[in-house]
Amino acid sequence: MEHRPDPDELLKHIKSEEPGRGKLKIFLGYVAGVGKTYAMLEAAHQRKAQGLDVVIGYIETHKRAETEELVAGLEILSRKQIEYHNVSLPELDVDAVLKRKPQLVLVDEFAHTNAPGSRHPKRFQDVEEILDAGIDVYTTLNIQHLESLNDIVAQVTGVIVRETIPDRIIDEASEIEVIDLPPDELLTRLKEGKVYIPDLAARAIQEFFRKGNLTALREMSLRRAAERVDDQMRSYMQTRAIPGPWAATERLLVCISPSPLAEKLIRNTRRLADGLNAEWFAVYVEIASRPENNPTNRERIGRTLQLAEELGAKTLTLAGPSIHDAVLDFARKNNITKVIVGKPIKPRWQELWNGSIVDQLVYASGDIDVYVVSAEFESKKYVISKTFQPHRPLGRYLISLGLVALSTLISFFVRGNLEPTNLVMLYLTSVVVSAIFLGRGPSLLATITSVLAFDFFLVPPYYTFAVSDTQYIITFMVLFVISLIISSLTARVREQAEAAIRRESQTSVLYNLGRDLTSATDLNNIAQIIISHIGQTFAREVAIFLPENGHIHSFASSSNYQPDENELAVAAWTFEHDQPAGRGTDTLPAASIRCHPLRTPNGLVGVLGVHPKDTGSFLTPEQRQTLAAFANQAALAIERASLAEQAQQTKLLQATEKLQTALLNSISHDLRTPLVAITGALTSLDEQADDLNDEYRRSLVGTARGEADRLNRLVGNLLSMTRIESGAIKLHNEPGDIQDVIGTALEQLGKRVEGHEIKVKVPDDFPLVPMDFTLIVQVVVNLLDNAVKYSPEGSLIEVSALLADGKVRIQVADRGVGIPFEDLTRVFDKFYRVQRPESVSGTGLGLSISKGIIEIHHGNICASTREGGGTIITIELPLK
Amino acid sequence: MTDSGQRILVVDDEAPIRRYLRAALSAQGFDVYEAANGQEAINAVLTNRPDIIILDLGLPDFDGIEVTRRLREWSQTPIIILSVREAENDKIAALDAGADDYLTKPFSTGELMARMRVALRRMTSKLDDPILQVDGLEMDIARRIVTVDKNQIALTPTEYEILRLLLQNAGKVITHRQLLRQVWGIAYESEMHILRVNISNLRRKIEPDPTRPHYLLTEPGVGYRIRI
Repeated sequence: MEHRPDPDELLKHIKSEEPGRGKLKIFLGYVAGVGKTYAMLEAAHQRKAQGLDVVIGYIETHKRAETEELVAGLEILSRKQIEYHNVSLPELDVDAVLKRKPQLVLVDEFAHTNAPGSRHPKRFQDVEEILDAGIDVYTTLNIQHLESLNDIVAQVTGVIVRETIPDRIIDEASEIEVIDLPPDELLTRLKEGKVYIPDLAARAIQEFFRKGNLTALREMSLRRAAERVDDQMRSYMQTRAIPGPWAATERLLVCISPSPLAEKLIRNTRRLADGLNAEWFAVYVEIASRPENNPTNRERIGRTLQLAEELGAKTLTLAGPSIHDAVLDFARKNNITKVIVGKPIKPRWQELWNGSIVDQLVYASGDIDVYVVSAEFESKKYVISKTFQPHRPLGRYLISLGLVALSTLISFFVRGNLEPTNLVMLYLTSVVVSAIFLGRGPSLLATITSVLAFDFFLVPPYYTFAVSDTQYIITFMVLFVISLIISSLTARVREQAEAAIRRESQTSVLYNLGRDLTSATDLNNIAQIIISHIGQTFAREVAIFLPENGHIHSFASSSNYQPDENELAVAAWTFEHDQPAGRGTDTLPAASIRCHPLRTPNGLVGVLGVHPKDTGSFLTPEQRQTLAAFANQAALAIERASLAEQAQQTKLLQATEKLQTALLNSISHDLRTPLVAITGALTSLDEQADDLNDEYRRSLVGTARGEADRLNRLVGNLLSMTRIESGAIKLHNEPGDIQDVIGTALEQLGKRVEGHEIKVKVPDDFPLVPMDFTLIVQVVVNLLDNAVKYSPEGSLIEVSALLADGKVRIQVADRGVGIPFEDLTRVFDKFYRVQRPESVSGTGLGLSISKGIIEIHHGNICASTREGGGTIITIELPLK
Repeated sequence: MTDSGQRILVVDDEAPIRRYLRAALSAQGFDVYEAANGQEAINAVLTNRPDIIILDLGLPDFDGIEVTRRLREWSQTPIIILSVREAENDKIAALDAGADDYLTKPFSTGELMARMRVALRRMTSKLDDPILQVDGLEMDIARRIVTVDKNQIALTPTEYEILRLLLQNAGKVITHRQLLRQVWGIAYESEMHILRVNISNLRRKIEPDPTRPHYLLTEPGVGYRIRI
């Protein structure tokens, strides 16, 4: 049979060989004092001798001379002092290691818990960060710190170890070296005082260091190491498709219940899975008809699922009509080979009444194995979901009694006319009403009192509990049973309704957010919506952080809330690592803010931070889920807003480009047109020399000259415009004579004004006006040019100057076509030309340039319609 | 009017302009020499001894103003500078450095010839004419009488001086500064308003239509010129 390499194994193999990630070597011992730190230091020296850059990150020598000797000769990085309750605690300085970037760093005590205020709660998380940066790490570990062995160690040694490491970390370590010491030798060393155990009193040490304990621990660590070797061997064989003696792939499924037994069950399953080299699943079944409403239980279930995940299971929550149905259905669909359940802890009679889950599983399992695991029932911490709720206010019971009394009263009056059996219906009604409106307890009370009242008041002999006709006993029983059923059913319906309402409120909160977000397009709006929704839903203050040039900054926050530097740092970490950080997470848990990355399929758009108003309150796991859902919505909305902005800018850019293109086309046309006549004339003169007579020749030359002039003026105008726009014009202000200006302008215009009568009116003794002479001449030239262009041949153009309000007013008036009222201000825009049937030559720059020049002089220019037809352009210049 | 045999030096870094000038001036009988930059220009003046120099201000090595200055250190050859419309300061600087007149590009051949004639005449005419006359305007320097169309005009001494300076250089531009210096003195170099007022008064007296000067032309930003 052909063997192919197992793809999963290959992947694991590739990942472990990943370049860029540092390699982790663990020096594993079965108890303190076997010499792990010593061995680690020896190995470090060897590597150093080979030329590696080795530093010590954190070492615990416990003042042992031999260890201290080995420390000498290696560079030690200073520790980070964390202040906690006025005590300064030394911890591993991760930043110092990352900055130093050695090839290998030694970090003692892998399972250590960091002081509050450190970046990560646990040292192994610090080590993970160091490994991610590409630095190799050597570390030491005792066997009792492994999560999966935690309970066994507690059983064997009687000591519960709290600092544990998820097994996944061990599995991913590149090398494990077992430091072994026969227990006898260890005890000798203990006597010699060479072993130091922190956190344990002398008596406890003696208790702990009994030979039996030591042997058990030693066996555990050796076995674990052997398992790992076995794993590696299998992995090796599987990646190379070597046929081997491994078992058929098993798949395990364990069911989680709210009982405290669940955690033990999980660890058991993990060991089983290890031994069988099997994949395993942990599931919780939520039964629709009996939802788990107790918050303590829900929390426990959440934690158990999380533990299972940490231990390497795939976790799921299933829904179904009953536990065994849901479990077996899932098991069959996913090729589960073994189902593991815990032994029942409920009393036997309940099992008989409700049906035993285990029994049902076993009967229905078919070819799937069912393993039943036992445990000691440690404590009574288990809160069984009570079917009674004795906390209901007393009032309800009284009301239900009242209902029964009412039924009794009514029946009393009609007692003679109706058969008692019919009156039963009245009592049923009161029971139903109690069940619907008052609750399970009151309805049960109603049931009992109904039967009693029925017997007492309505069944002969009246006013006794004796029964004359035994048929009534059947009635009693039926009444009782039906009432019970009804009250139970209604109560169940109520509970389901409560659960549904709870779920619905979560959904509706999300729906509301989504609905409000869809209508907002502006980024600020969106931010405000997000802040107000989240703030209200979670009763917290919210901040939204957005990136700018790669760095995160606070974009918006709830009113009266401004994230401080520390909180900004948490947000920055979240943004860099794309992981939640802050309060309630594994990173920087002492912070006062909890930050979520805002992630979309296109990447990270920002960070969401929530800050509780009161430092005591924490989010429940459900709330965290909802918050994550909110964060997703927020991320999408923010992305949408920024994309919309981008689209807007692109549109704007396109519009600007279009305008520019139009302008360039217009200018290009205006520049080229004179050249047509010029080139035409010249080429004619050149090529057709013999065919032309004098008259034509003169005509061509005249045309070319005129057009060359026009072109020259156009170029001059464009240059002036450019200069004005770029602010490159420098005024040479000097006293100037207005009459001189007008005269010079007319001289420059020369032939162009030939066809018109020009009247100039400047009073004698008109004062000199401070101005840039050349520029103002240009203005007058432009205005006269315009007047000539737009008025008929032979018409009169008047130029006048006068003093008004301490200013100099110059006017150019024509009898031309005039300017429409709407355009009186727009004529001064660049390239504006009044739309007239007869096309007028020349670009519309003249007035615009004039305006620019007048404005530089701090003056005014405006156009007005002349009475009787025509236009008046008025310039005002300050007299200073 | 042909100026045969006279030598012209054309200094411009643009070959097409040199070609055009060579053609136009040769047609008038001039001997045309060319230079493409300042250094060549100075060498050419030394070598060819032209009668008149056409000098472009925008040269690649050192600018026309500098060329003018250097030439004026040892040569009185008339210089006409070519410049662009906006560069007023350059024009004034060149004129003050010793250039005789200027032309704004693009110019017509007629303008060019007119300017050149004026510049050359100043050189060739050694006689101090007692009577200066342009069209209807006549100034008898010896007797200090000014008439327009035979009508005597009463001028103030200052106005007279201004008119005399302009007429003696008829056709050539006189800068504001030159006018102020020569008529009032160095201390009055920057007193524009005095000049303006006097010019305005002068115009009112001698021009048939002061609003459209026939004789006394304003060169905007540069100075004044008598039209010939």
